[in-house]
Amino acid sequence: MTEAPKPFAITLDPGSSKANHTGSWRSERPVYVDRLPPCNAQCPAGENIQGWLYHAEGGDYAAAWQVLMQDNPLPAVMGRVCYHSCEGACNRGTLDEAVSIHAVERFLGDYALDHGLRPQVAAPPSGRRVLVVGAGPSGLSAAYHLTRLGHAVTIREAGPMAGGMMRLGIPRYRLPRDVLDAEIARILGMGVTLELNTRVADIEAAFAEGFDAIFTAVGAHLAKRTEIPAHAAARILDAAGFLAQVETGEAPQLGRRVIVYGGGNTAMDVARTVKRLGAEDAMVVYRRSRAQMPAHAFEADEAEDEGVMMHWLRTITAVDGAAVTVERMVIDASGRPQPTGEFEVLEADTLILALGQDADTGFLARVPGVEVASDGVVGVDARMMTGRPGLFAGGDMVPAERTVTVAVGHGKKAARHIDAWLRGGALAAPEKHAPATFERLNTWYYDDVPRSLQAELALVRRQTGFDEVVQGLTEATALYEARRCLSCGNCFECDNCFGVCPDNAVIKLGPGNRFRIDYDYCKGCGLCAAECPCGAIEMVPEIA
Amino acid sequence: MTETQKVRFYQTGTHTVGNRLMEPASRTVQASPERSNAITSGHRACQGCGEALGARYALDAAMRATGGRMVAVNATGCLEVFTTPYPETSWQVAWLHSLFGNAPAVATGVVAALRVTGQHDVRVVAQGGDGGTTDIGFGCLSGLFERNDDVLYICYDNEAYMNTGVQRSSATPAFARTATTPATGPHPGNVAGTGKNLPRIAMAHEIPYVGTASVADLHDLEAKVTRAMAIGGARYIHIHVPCPLGWGAAAHDTIRLARLAVESGLFPLIEAEHGEVTAVKPIRRRVPVEDYLRPQKRFAHLFRPGHEDRATLAAIQATADANIRRYGLCPEGQE
Repeated sequence: MTEAPKPFAITLDPGSSKANHTGSWRSERPVYVDRLPPCNAQCPAGENIQGWLYHAEGGDYAAAWQVLMQDNPLPAVMGRVCYHSCEGACNRGTLDEAVSIHAVERFLGDYALDHGLRPQVAAPPSGRRVLVVGAGPSGLSAAYHLTRLGHAVTIREAGPMAGGMMRLGIPRYRLPRDVLDAEIARILGMGVTLELNTRVADIEAAFAEGFDAIFTAVGAHLAKRTEIPAHAAARILDAAGFLAQVETGEAPQLGRRVIVYGGGNTAMDVARTVKRLGAEDAMVVYRRSRAQMPAHAFEADEAEDEGVMMHWLRTITAVDGAAVTVERMVIDASGRPQPTGEFEVLEADTLILALGQDADTGFLARVPGVEVASDGVVGVDARMMTGRPGLFAGGDMVPAERTVTVAVGHGKKAARHIDAWLRGGALAAPEKHAPATFERLNTWYYDDVPRSLQAELALVRRQTGFDEVVQGLTEATALYEARRCLSCGNCFECDNCFGVCPDNAVIKLGPGNRFRIDYDYCKGCGLCAAECPCGAIEMVPEIA
Repeated sequence: MTETQKVRFYQTGTHTVGNRLMEPASRTVQASPERSNAITSGHRACQGCGEALGARYALDAAMRATGGRMVAVNATGCLEVFTTPYPETSWQVAWLHSLFGNAPAVATGVVAALRVTGQHDVRVVAQGGDGGTTDIGFGCLSGLFERNDDVLYICYDNEAYMNTGVQRSSATPAFARTATTPATGPHPGNVAGTGKNLPRIAMAHEIPYVGTASVADLHDLEAKVTRAMAIGGARYIHIHVPCPLGWGAAAHDTIRLARLAVESGLFPLIEAEHGEVTAVKPIRRRVPVEDYLRPQKRFAHLFRPGHEDRATLAAIQATADANIRRYGLCPEGQE
């Protein structure tokens, strides 16, 4: 075979520039990383929020819900009652407004209930039995996670209904009971045994029954009191007892005017409940100002919208029949309220104290090794285990913020450590990724989109009944909201790196498989890292 | 009471190259693994080269628009040198290089040759840098426009002769330091008040289509190339391609600088047909020209610590403001 004649002055065959491996020019190499988004880092229940939003963005709500259920068995409840600190941490809040994570969570929770979705359980039976004491959020969460891990779980609940503070502390206008009942029923449907009206008084006896481990989460139901000189028969109730009575249909007579004493979320819940029960005047008296109140601003806003009157900077000094004497307070330089010596008299038929609760943990005092503080709080180690091997505790009865979300998180954490303990090992905490900070984002690529507002029930209906106040998102708005997620710190396959590489050195691996750098040709210019919207590429020196 | 808002926005709007949630039709050509890769790997362009990027963007879009039936003619310049050092080439399209100044004339010849050989479906794109376009090939290009030959001419504007060592061209911006316009003396940097604005010169020829584009806005760039390939006759697209070497900028800042040039108003994105402006791309987040100038060493003499050249910066800002007024780049209420 003879070679074709070459043109004039040409002696070499043409070749491709691919023979030239420009990767040798590089002093830094781009590396794909995964970072911990602030929402996930913030979540007390340890939810992989960005992970489930990813599926919701694509419209696969069932897959999104399954990811959610890996950490939290109560999404429909959580989407309603969680104070969503994730949204305070959301990087999108710096750009325009935080993603309405709780609203999407609620949508997914409701979607699962409407469609009868069931969580996936994979683990084979372990042959181990675990007793859970208390059917509140922490106990239910622990029971759910332990069941998923293959253990046989029995819950013993002292009261007549499961749900704990979700039922006795949170009014139904914030958490409709059909939603709560359905999510509890789904957990029980996985094979959890629930024994109601069964108070556990003797832990060692329970161990002797054959339980391999016990998780106690009995909550904090003992109302704190304060010394108020009462000259004549005054009607004074406590918040927790009152809310529980309302729930069980035994609401006491309150009269026309009611004062709620305290500035926390419970005080707001009580005042709003009082209004719904028909009181003309529902007043909140709190010794500090609005800025210092422990209640969330939106709770106070909603209470005020419904006609609750706020008396900030007042302490109650005496009660004499219907006359409640209050003293004006001022906030001093160190932020503490100080008395002024100026007094006012308010009229009230009933005074409800919302001053917090203590844990009723007397039954643990006799258990050797268990530390019980003066306020009833029980000491636990990093595994949520008390000083009694095999006895774990969580929820409101251990030192922590007292919210449903924290309780659910305790339940999960305890379940994982109980599982490890039962299997004779220790749970190795997975290494956390470095945080995905706002500064790492290239926000040019994100559109400025305001968040969709949940419609609120007309005021008139809120003041007269216990219908749910905040409405859910429609599918269209939930999808819209999910798609506002910036995917901070984790590749969402926007193709920017693939597009902006001047050297064709980024290889696209197809849907779900992300990308790979071709280091034969990557010159290390760093454009892919600079133009990655979510900060999922880092430049690493070739020679450290 | 009930929300009826439509789902209008994808996770990142339409600014990213692609997105798994976007309809395939609204993704860019660059998002596709099937793109032509007109310039493939192994070329010798500097790290972060804007021109390598701009040329691939433009020609991949033209290749898709023509179904691959296309010839590219190249003027001398960086683009030719870094892609095709004998005997290698990075081009994966039919490609032809002759001289520095004659690319428009060669393109005209290719059009004629295709016509006489009956290949009526094959289109011709000519391309060059700002030196080959605004200086050396200017006469040939004006002739191509005037004859309305069926050629899309693309100028990749990196604002100086970079390949030969950063000498000024007639597209070098006022006050920029180059090898031939040093930042010394009473008037440091390039002269002000003159230079050639080739998109406007092209518009003055009243050719069917003129567009300006930037490597910072891929969707816009591809739309303009696609539009141009749908039209017959002489067409001109001017693409702003930052040069890390010549501008004294970080390699990873190429796209950011291109974006700042657009957002400051110094490089307006417009379209014109038969001499009339038909569309402008509004500025999304307006920035002062300083944001664009400060990261570039070629303007470092304007930012000497303690001796910032406020008068010159004001003059450059005035240029940007004039662009914004001329083309209406900041619609009411957006400034």
